[in-house]
Amino acid sequence: MGNVPTTVKHCLSYEQLIQDYPWLKRWLQEEKTITGHEYPEFVKIVEVGPRDGLQNEKEIVPTGVKIQLIDMLSGTGLPVIEATSFVSSKWVPQMADHSDVLRGIQRAPHVRYPVLTPNMQGFKDAVAAGATEVAVFGSASETFSKKNINCSIDESMLRFEEVINTAKEQQIPVRGYVSCALGCPHEGHIEPSKVSEVAKRLYAMGCYEISLGDTIGVGTPGSMLKMLQSVIEEVPAHALAVHCHDTYGQALPNILTALQMGVCVVDSAVAGLGGCPYAQGSSGNVSTEDVLYMLHGIGIETGVNLAKVIEAGDFICNALRRKTNSKVAQATGRTL
Amino acid sequence: MLSATGLPVIEATSFVSPKWVPQMADQVEVMKGIGRKPGVSYPVLTPNLKGFQAALKAGASEVAIFGAASELFSKKNINCSVEESLQRFEVIMKAAKEAGVPVRGYVSCVLGCPYEGKVAPEKVAHVAKRLYSMGCYEISLGDTIGVGTPGSMIEMLEAVSKEVPVNALAVHCHDTYGQALANILVALQMGISVVDSSVAGLGGCPYAQGASGNVATEDVVYMLHGLGIQTGVDLSKLMDAGAYICRTLNRKTSSKVAQANCKL
Repeated sequence: MGNVPTTVKHCLSYEQLIQDYPWLKRWLQEEKTITGHEYPEFVKIVEVGPRDGLQNEKEIVPTGVKIQLIDMLSGTGLPVIEATSFVSSKWVPQMADHSDVLRGIQRAPHVRYPVLTPNMQGFKDAVAAGATEVAVFGSASETFSKKNINCSIDESMLRFEEVINTAKEQQIPVRGYVSCALGCPHEGHIEPSKVSEVAKRLYAMGCYEISLGDTIGVGTPGSMLKMLQSVIEEVPAHALAVHCHDTYGQALPNILTALQMGVCVVDSAVAGLGGCPYAQGSSGNVSTEDVLYMLHGIGIETGVNLAKVIEAGDFICNALRRKTNSKVAQATGRTL
Repeated sequence: MLSATGLPVIEATSFVSPKWVPQMADQVEVMKGIGRKPGVSYPVLTPNLKGFQAALKAGASEVAIFGAASELFSKKNINCSVEESLQRFEVIMKAAKEAGVPVRGYVSCVLGCPYEGKVAPEKVAHVAKRLYSMGCYEISLGDTIGVGTPGSMIEMLEAVSKEVPVNALAVHCHDTYGQALANILVALQMGISVVDSSVAGLGGCPYAQGASGNVATEDVVYMLHGLGIQTGVDLSKLMDAGAYICRTLNRKTSSKVAQANCKL
């Protein structure tokens, strides 16, 4: 990396590096070619275990355990950790302690702690609890939108516009999610154009990044490619992230495909926390450990210490009394 | 059941001494007992001439030999050096040619060895080249402990494809670290069009207790079909076969596709 010593590099977050070395951004975006396929030099990992993961676990985790998990993750080098969700506890009891969690965690410098805010009430509560970044959750499927958040896509966009405008006034960045990007549990196939339409709207409203979610994990590199080709026409690749579920084992090849298309932000969950509410007993989120293993193997920098993530995974799996979903953790825990 | 799924090749059994591999002691009965579907090949492993002769006698019409890219692994696994094993294989190749029996070659530890750690791509290329020049029609490159990633897979394939044409190569990826499908994807991007996999992801990893081994055929087929690649395989019949063997073995499937489908 030229003038920046390796040790220093690993201590700093990506954002801090860019601040200190403005020439770095362009250098890092230069692609690394391996046999005709280009990969980014650096991938930002957005750790969603404490929110998306725990929200979808059967057992409700005590506040102290959530805080300890986030504190452990804060020490791994992960640049973004989605801490909690300010959804009504009537709908998502697992996140009822949102304010206590946000207030209780020890925020590491250079790590961001976004929280979900589905509406103005949630946004206000989040800010009151100290949130400095929020996220809104749209859907590419009308039926999913109605069943999941009780309103149409258009209605949800109006709600989000209010949140985004208020966030802008308070200089709080907003991340946008599009769920069902590669398939819907109710509608089945989702047209790529529908995904790009929703992504475009969120981006135009002011979301700095759009995370495209394969909510039920049915996507393959084939459908990922088609969907991204469509979305990239409306939203630049550097503002996109992929949020792949591993329900059909396709997450890593899907992520690889996204990287080959210039996406350089990947959502994942430590220990692959969070099952799939639409395929009982199946897995949901892709494991951060497995993603890191792949990225590091390709020579892509992440700034994350894999061994420390595995430790955090061990901790939360013990607390939940469940086995990890991460194959890397399983393999490294028991080698001869 | 697998013969009815459209799979073109089903590795039936292994003519290794039952002293070393008791699970395959019934090799002859299995060979004689299966209902062979026309158009499907049923290769069997033959580590030496004795095994080859027994296989032929039992009706085998295709065989496979197993080399390693790691010296230590070769010594610990088959009790001889890589060079000694290649010489043993030359004997089998000669007999197979005379009998008109095609031979598939395997190279294990292509992306890492449980004893040596990193394995040089040039070593893999060397062993693959030897097997190919001896007369193996196809060389299957095995990531025996599943440590490979798309990075090391590409590096290794670049070295091997300089010595063996890509249309004679196959990949045999283990999913111990969850990397199998990603590794298979990059192999396809490099022109490989033969993939080894195991229904229900049968077979754990003897080097990482409790961890998975073979990649699940169901998951591979799901990905390939999603990419629009033809395989001739009927995924639902495959899942039936997987469900059957898992019930019989009283174990959960290692295939995520099978897990997701049986509970929707």
